[in-house]
Amino acid sequence: MISDQTTVMAGSAHYRARSLRRILILSGMTIALFLSFAVDLATGPANYPLADVIFALLNPSDASDQLRVVIWEIRMPVALMALTVGAALSTAGAQMQTILANPLASPFTLGISAAAGFGAALALVLGVAILPAFVEFIIPINAFLMAMATALIIHFFSRMRGVTVETIVLLGIALVFTFNALLALLQYLASEQALAAVVFWTMGSLVKATWSKVAITAIAVAIALPLFTRQAWALTALRLGDAKAESFGVNVQSLRLKTMLLVSMLAAIPVSFVGTIGFIGLVGPHIARMLVGEDQRFFLPASVLCGALILSATSVLSKLLIPGAILPIGVITALVGVPFFFSLIFASRRKSW
Amino acid sequence: MVTTLRLEDLGTRYGRTEVVSGVSTPVLTGGDVIAVIGPNAAGKSSLFKRVAGLAKGSGKVHVETANYSRNTICYMPQDTGSNAVLSVYESVILAAKQGSSLRVQTDELARIDDILAALRISDLAARNLGELSGGQRQLVAIAQTLVREPEILLMDEPTSALDLHRQMEVLSFMRDIAKRQKIIVLIAIHDLNHALQYCDHAMAIRDGRMVAFGKCANVIDRDLLRDVYQVDGHVERNSLGHPHVVLRGPITGSSHTVEYLSERIAAQ
Repeated sequence: MISDQTTVMAGSAHYRARSLRRILILSGMTIALFLSFAVDLATGPANYPLADVIFALLNPSDASDQLRVVIWEIRMPVALMALTVGAALSTAGAQMQTILANPLASPFTLGISAAAGFGAALALVLGVAILPAFVEFIIPINAFLMAMATALIIHFFSRMRGVTVETIVLLGIALVFTFNALLALLQYLASEQALAAVVFWTMGSLVKATWSKVAITAIAVAIALPLFTRQAWALTALRLGDAKAESFGVNVQSLRLKTMLLVSMLAAIPVSFVGTIGFIGLVGPHIARMLVGEDQRFFLPASVLCGALILSATSVLSKLLIPGAILPIGVITALVGVPFFFSLIFASRRKSW
Repeated sequence: MVTTLRLEDLGTRYGRTEVVSGVSTPVLTGGDVIAVIGPNAAGKSSLFKRVAGLAKGSGKVHVETANYSRNTICYMPQDTGSNAVLSVYESVILAAKQGSSLRVQTDELARIDDILAALRISDLAARNLGELSGGQRQLVAIAQTLVREPEILLMDEPTSALDLHRQMEVLSFMRDIAKRQKIIVLIAIHDLNHALQYCDHAMAIRDGRMVAFGKCANVIDRDLLRDVYQVDGHVERNSLGHPHVVLRGPITGSSHTVEYLSERIAAQ
């Protein structure tokens, strides 16, 4: 019987066993991620045999031009974008949930994605640049600035006295509706061509991936992760409540602000490049939490891997569901992901959040 | 070197309200166990936070110790509960490892095992925090505090959710540790008989000011009961020869008194 076992086992033995299991889970996820990435590269509307794909990967200079372009210029950026965007959004969601003490927090539910969508539409429909200096990147920059501003609004609102977990979610919902209404207004005013662009943008699609977008997203993740890792104990302590974390010597206010800034960046950059991809930022961390708990030393890598894996697998699905077509990935994450997520919740006996 | 603590004219505000002011103590030395007594909202928690450096304010906290670190003064806040997916064991590691490396060493694990065993909560080690009762949470909070090896320990109502047996067990355990490891322990406590039994000194707080300080038996008397707690009572020798608080009832006419009484009743 399990309960008898735990009383006999010393706490440290139990802890060691649990840590080992978590390392195994993380390793398993890493392997699954590599597999998913490989499959993502191997699938697509142009049906190349697997051997050809592997050949083109290993010897790009010897492959035919067409094959090389498909693998290295089309599929590779998309597949890498899936990994980096998934990782960024999931990490952003995980830390939002941590610092706001709120299981419903994510870039999507708190209106950050909607704000980015509105920012992008401003550029697409009206040609308005929030930062006029960089006109060639007008769409991502608009989206980024709107997302960032929204994240900061949420942060400062959450620091006001008397603001509870519930009011933050309500504010998020209010922001979602506001930006969606503004977006609808822009769509109403838009030309047919601009309207099509806005609709496509808001659906979220990895097809817009380019090497430079992959690089920027990867850099954002590469900047944020070490900073989060350094604060792993403090961030975990936040989950015990502010009073407890403070009593442990954590500077709660400063940690929250720094984390929110990083989170805003992590949430805003992917959304500004690939459009609205919901669900990952909410569910990635929840699955990670079910698998490894909330010790950030495990929870953080698990969230990264989870987000990357989900989006990579979804990228594969988006190509397989209708042969010859690539569906917008934002649609798939919701349609396939939600039932999957619920099945996990019901299957999981342990209370997670 | 024995640790010493002296508070000099300490004060702090919450928003614009002055919640603690002018608190000065004689020099307290390692091994002293001090009961911090007073009604609800008297400023006990605020005073603790000020001493621990978690609240800004006037005055000075003089600490002398061989090596001062972030764990020299530890404040154990009142229990708030958590729904984090963390085991009891992990939550204690968390307290021990703040500000240090990500890797947990074997000797650190052994120390946590010892602390859980000493508090007789080894069986809770693998439980998630959300599954604990109020009393269990308090014991875990004590473990989280002890694992940091403080030299000055500020405990905010550490026994409020414990049953009688556990209350006495924890208090005598804390007294024992204080004496053995020469720790200064300040305990905010409501039960004056426990204060008399387990603490050397008492510090009475009312409306943010220290109104009495001294040996427990000298501080806790008829006047204190009337002026600080607004209850009618006195202290007499019980059949064991120890001083014992006998309460007759609240002094009527004060809403404050009624609040305190209802809490006592609830606590029973």
